[in-house]
Amino acid sequence: MSANLSAFFYLISGILFILALRGLSSPETSRQGNYFGIAGMIISIIVTFLSVGNFGQGFVYVLIFLLIGGAIGAVIAFKIPMTAMPELVAGFHSLVGLAAVFVAISAFLKPEAFNLGVVGNIKLASLIEMSLGAAIGAITFSGSIIAFLKLRGIMSGAPITFKGQHILNLILGLTIIFLIYYLCLSQSANIFWTTVLISFLVGVLLIIPIGGADMPVVISMLNSYSGWAAAGIGFTLENTALIITGALVGSSGAILSYIMCKGMNRSFFNVILGGWGVTDQSAGSAVKEQKPVKNGNADDAAFLMKNASSVIIVPGYGMAVAQAQHALREMVDALKKNGVKVSYAIHPVAGRMPGHMNVLLAEANVPYDEVFELEEINNDFANCDVAYVIGANDVTNPVAKSDPQSPIYGMPVLDVEKSKSVLFVKRSLSPGYAGIDNDLFYRDNTLMLFADAKKMTEEIVKSL
Amino acid sequence: MEIDPFIFRLSIFILSIFVGYYVVWSVTPSLHTPLMSVTNAISSVIIVGAIIAALAGASETTFETSNIFGFLAITLAAVNIFGGFLVTQRMLQMYKKKKK
Repeated sequence: MSANLSAFFYLISGILFILALRGLSSPETSRQGNYFGIAGMIISIIVTFLSVGNFGQGFVYVLIFLLIGGAIGAVIAFKIPMTAMPELVAGFHSLVGLAAVFVAISAFLKPEAFNLGVVGNIKLASLIEMSLGAAIGAITFSGSIIAFLKLRGIMSGAPITFKGQHILNLILGLTIIFLIYYLCLSQSANIFWTTVLISFLVGVLLIIPIGGADMPVVISMLNSYSGWAAAGIGFTLENTALIITGALVGSSGAILSYIMCKGMNRSFFNVILGGWGVTDQSAGSAVKEQKPVKNGNADDAAFLMKNASSVIIVPGYGMAVAQAQHALREMVDALKKNGVKVSYAIHPVAGRMPGHMNVLLAEANVPYDEVFELEEINNDFANCDVAYVIGANDVTNPVAKSDPQSPIYGMPVLDVEKSKSVLFVKRSLSPGYAGIDNDLFYRDNTLMLFADAKKMTEEIVKSL
Repeated sequence: MEIDPFIFRLSIFILSIFVGYYVVWSVTPSLHTPLMSVTNAISSVIIVGAIIAALAGASETTFETSNIFGFLAITLAAVNIFGGFLVTQRMLQMYKKKKK
């Protein structure tokens, strides 16, 4: 296949990828969008086979490896529970990153195959592009691995900080730039390998200081990086499909990071530099005075909700941990039978990744038109009888509106306290991730339900 | 004077960033998780590079170092392509409207 013709087909793939993202503007068009994406991918792969034109023994091996990887991917996709989506996405990001590194290494070892010159005399622009692609890919890989370990709970979600961390990162970052410059002068393989190794290290160092609840930002950021790495390789290979996709994914991840940061009223750098929420909880609880709370049980909660005319449900990460979404749906069904109007309120940073709560509710067969974003529903709390907060905490804390001293001041929160009564399902009175006491626990109209989110919800279903 | 082809690729890149910007802002927040998994899947179009790397060189030297890296990259990207699109599909199937 001629280079011009294949370039044309790569452009078509790129357009199909744009349409795949465009489809996600509404759930009705989203499935069709996904098929566009698949079509784009198939076109790209077939065109590549035709333009390489080597259908010998190597081709058979390519198909074998393609099928091995594909089978692994398919099994993962069908087996993975929806609550594990954040770590799955982090894991997938790491694979894109590593694939980018491998392609860059291969291009460095055998530039002839890619029309980039010969070993020891690779075109300057290509050398810069491939080393940038490799460096960003390596950072994406090791960073995603750390994010995966933290989300999976294999590694503690607590931020790991040490003195001089930011300076070390800065020095390493500058070293990478210097090495790439030196690589262009010397074409030395050792410099290339060193660049890749240091990039792996930077990825680890970048993610370890970031705490568990900031993971929505981290995942989005790594999503963005994987895109830029792909774009870097796209420039090296002079491949339009890869350049377009890289740019799309890069900007998509960047926008998601921005939305997540805004949901926490924090700047991007504040999150990246980490260390927020490193509060000494034991010291804090010792000084804290004992304030009275109203303690309720499942029967009280069932009684309150049954007699309400409207209930708003506020899910958070605790719902995901307890896998309470199905029990929650049953509870809502029972309430609806009693003529109660129920809706769901989702804070942008609820859960561990963008849209995490929406997927879990969809899994439990909650229709998506009962689920609302913060801006859509926040005014409705004033007219609602019961707010049922399940596994959320900081995102409901009224202190964000009242106390300028508070670390979360200015963060958009759900106005849960405006509803006539608040039911708060929580295992204990411990503060949330930000380490801030939630004033809501001690209000007169709040009833605390101390239990596991799933157990409590199931008990409420029984007493309804 | 002729324009370097690099400039054309750079133009495509920058325009695509703008397209991405507007398209992604129009994605409904409830589909942000599928957005991440589908972007994951499409960024695995990097498999194109992996295939070229794997097939480079004469057929009797199928497993030179550069080819091996190509085969490894194919496997990783394939996990992502199949896994990414299928898990996205699985999620999107779950989004249903209220039964009237």
